[in-house]
Amino acid sequence: MSAYQSTLPLGRDGFAQLLRAEWTKLRTVRGWVIGLLVAAVVTVAVGVLAAAASHASACVLRVGAAQPVCHAIPAPPTGPGGEPVSDNFYFVHQPLTGDGSITARVDSLTGLITSGDASPDQALAGARPGVQPWSKAGLIIKANTTQGSAYAAIMLTGGHGVRWQYNYTHDVAGAPGAAPRWLRLTRAGDTVTGYDSLDGTHWTRVGSARLSGLPATVPAGLFAASPDYQEISSHVGGSSGTIDQTQATAHFDQINAPTGAWTGTAIGAGGFARSDTLSGFSRSGDTLTVRGSGDIAPAVGGDPSPARGLDRTLVGTFAGLIALIVVAALFITAEYRRGLIRTTLAASPRRGRVLAAKAVVVGAVAFVAGLAAAAVAIPLGQHVLRSNGNYIYPVSASTEVRMIVGTAALLAVTAIAALAVGTMLRRGAGAVAAVIVAVVLPYILAVASVLPTSAGQWLLRVTPAAAFAVQQSLIQYPQVSGQYTPTNGYYPLSPWAGLAVLCGYTAIALGAAAYVLNRRDA
Amino acid sequence: MRDALHAEWTKLRTTSGPALLIVAAVALTVAVSAAVAAGVSYTAGTSQDLAKISLTGIYLGQAVIAIFAVLAVSAEYSTGMIRTTLTAMPRRSTLLAAKAIVITTLVLAAGSLAVLACVLAGRLLLQGNGFTPAHGYRVLSLAEASTLRAAGGSVLYLVLIALLSLGIALALRDSATAIGVVLALLYLFPIVAAAVSNIHWWRHLQQIGPMTAGLAIQTTTGVDRLPIGPWAGLGVLACWATGAMLIGALSLQLRDA
Repeated sequence: MSAYQSTLPLGRDGFAQLLRAEWTKLRTVRGWVIGLLVAAVVTVAVGVLAAAASHASACVLRVGAAQPVCHAIPAPPTGPGGEPVSDNFYFVHQPLTGDGSITARVDSLTGLITSGDASPDQALAGARPGVQPWSKAGLIIKANTTQGSAYAAIMLTGGHGVRWQYNYTHDVAGAPGAAPRWLRLTRAGDTVTGYDSLDGTHWTRVGSARLSGLPATVPAGLFAASPDYQEISSHVGGSSGTIDQTQATAHFDQINAPTGAWTGTAIGAGGFARSDTLSGFSRSGDTLTVRGSGDIAPAVGGDPSPARGLDRTLVGTFAGLIALIVVAALFITAEYRRGLIRTTLAASPRRGRVLAAKAVVVGAVAFVAGLAAAAVAIPLGQHVLRSNGNYIYPVSASTEVRMIVGTAALLAVTAIAALAVGTMLRRGAGAVAAVIVAVVLPYILAVASVLPTSAGQWLLRVTPAAAFAVQQSLIQYPQVSGQYTPTNGYYPLSPWAGLAVLCGYTAIALGAAAYVLNRRDA
Repeated sequence: MRDALHAEWTKLRTTSGPALLIVAAVALTVAVSAAVAAGVSYTAGTSQDLAKISLTGIYLGQAVIAIFAVLAVSAEYSTGMIRTTLTAMPRRSTLLAAKAIVITTLVLAAGSLAVLACVLAGRLLLQGNGFTPAHGYRVLSLAEASTLRAAGGSVLYLVLIALLSLGIALALRDSATAIGVVLALLYLFPIVAAAVSNIHWWRHLQQIGPMTAGLAIQTTTGVDRLPIGPWAGLGVLACWATGAMLIGALSLQLRDA
C-alpha cells in the first residue's frame, strides 16, 4: 500500500504567485474596495467643492467689522509667453526706427515708501524715504505701450546692482553696486543688447535677447519702477501684513538718444489700486528725472494677486489620503485580527517577501486610484474655478503631468507607509492615527495659518508632509520679492525633493516592519 | 449603575493600552506646546497670543485622545468582549452612559494635567523669550479670565473630542475606520478652508468644522476677528459630539453586537 499522494499539480511559490494571492485578498474584501473607490471619489469631489466655493473677488476683513468688504478683481495682463505679469511703470520714450542705440547715466536712484493710510490723490502724504531692493531705473525698448508686450531693458536696481531683464521672466545679473552707472541699449534687427559701464568709456556687455516680431518703429527710452513694500509679521495663529506702494526717483544725465523729444506714459495707469500721482517726469537742462511705481516682472502668488495656482484643484488629496491610509493599514492589521496572518506565513514562510508583495499590491492600487482621481480633479476643478471668474496661473504640460503623477506617487508611498506602520503596531487604530498625524497634521500647522511662516516652512522640510511639494504649480522667481509662503502655495523644497523626504520615511518604516515581522511570532 | 461604572473602569485599568495612550496624550501635548513656546521669541511690532502658543500641543494630543476613546469601544468589538459585556449588562443605555462617564472623567483628569503643565511651561519659557511686562505682555497666569477660559476650554475641548470619537466608534465598530473618520472630520475643514478663496465660505468652513470652531476657545487676543466666538465655537463642537453620540447610541440599541 503506497502513501497518499495529492493529484493536484505542485504549486509554485514565486513572487508572482504571492502578488496574486495578496491581490485576491484585497480584491475580495468588499469594504476595502469601497474604501478605494471612496478615496478616488472624495479626492475629486472635495477639490470640485472647494473650487465651487472660490469666486474671483478680493476681500478685506477690517478689524472690528462684522462683514468683509469685497470687490471683483480683473485678470492680470499676460506676457509674450502667456504667463501672468505685472507691468506697471513710468515710461519716458521716443520712437526708435530701425537699428539704433540709447545711452544714459543713472546719476542717482532714490525711493519713497507711501503710508498705507494716505488717500489716493495725496499718495505721498506721510511717505518715508527708502529705496526697494528691486526698485528699477534704466533703459528699455518695448514692442508697444500696452501692458504685457515684449521688452528688453538694462537697469540699475536698488539693491541688486545692474540687471539685464527681458520678457518678464528672464533676469541676468550685471555688475553689482549702486549709482552712478552708465547704461546702453542697442537694437540690431530683432536683437537687443544691454551694456553697462562705470565711466562711460569702458563698456561691458551684460546680455542680449532676440525679441521676435519686434516692429520696425518701437518706443524706446527711460523708465522707473518700484515694487510694493511688503511687511509680513507672522505670529502663532497666522500672519498679517501691510502692503504699501513705493516710488522710485531716478536722475538721468549724459543722455544720448536719436532725438531730444520725449513723451511720458504711465504703463498700466489706472489699474487696480495703483495711484497715478506716484509717477511722472521732469526735465532741467540735460537732466531727466523719472518717477515711477510698480514693477515689470512675472506676477507671483499671494496677496494682492488675483491669480490662483492649479494646485488648489488637488485639495481633495487629503480626503483621499485618509481613506487610503485606512485601507492600507487594514490590509495587514485585519490579518492579525482574524488570525489569517498564520495561514499567510505558513503558505509563504519567507516573511520579507510577503511584506514586499503586500507593499507592491497596496502601492500599485493606491497609485492607480490617485492617478485616476488627479487626472479628473485637475481639469474639472480648473473648469469650475474658471467659470467662477478665477484666473489660474497657466502651467506647462510637463508641470501638469508632474502634478498628476506626483499626487499618485504621494498616495502610493503613503499607503505603503501605512502598511509598514500597521505591520509594526498590528493595530489598525494606532497605525491609521500615526500615519495621518505624521503626514497631514504638519501641513495643517504650516498652511492653515497656525504656526509662524518660518516654523511652517521648517515643518514642510523635515516631516513627511514635505511630499505635498510635488503638487506645487506656481513658480518662484528670484527677481521678484513675493510672499513665497506655504499658505500662498510655495513649498520650501523642490517637488521631487519633497517626495523624496516621504520616500525616506517610508523606507525606514518598511525596513523596521520587515525586521519586526521576521523577529516576532505571528 | 455603580456596578457598570466599576466594570468599565476595571476594563480600562487592567489593560496596558489605555494607560499608555493617556500618558502619551499628556506627554505629547506638553512636549509640542513647550517646543513651540521655546521657539517663539519676542520681536517688536508683532503681537502674539501667549495662551494660544502655550496650548499648541492640543493639535497633536487630541489625536491620541481620539485613539483612546475609539479603542474603548472598538477593542471590545474586535475581541468579541462586547458579547460578554452585553450579557452581563443587557441594558445598553446604562452601558453607554457608564462608558461615557468613565472616559469623560479620565480625559478630564488627563486634560487638566496636560493643560496645567502647558500653561506652566509657557509661563516659564515665554518669559525667557522676551514676552515680559516691559514689552507689554502680561505674565501668563490662570488668574486672568481669558487665560483661564483658554485653559479650561482646552480641557473641555479634549473631553468633547473623546465623546465625538466614542460615538463614531460605536457607529462604525472598526477601530481603523473610526479613527480615520474622526481625524478626517477634525483635519479636513481647515485644509479645505485654506484652499477656498471666497472669504464667506472660509468663515463658514471655520465655523462648522469641529476642530476649527472648537479651538476658538484658545484665543485670548483679537477675539472679535475670529470667525466664531470662543464659547459658540465650543458649542459647535458640542453639537458634533452630541450628534455622534446619538448615532452611536442608536447603533448600539438597534444592532446585534
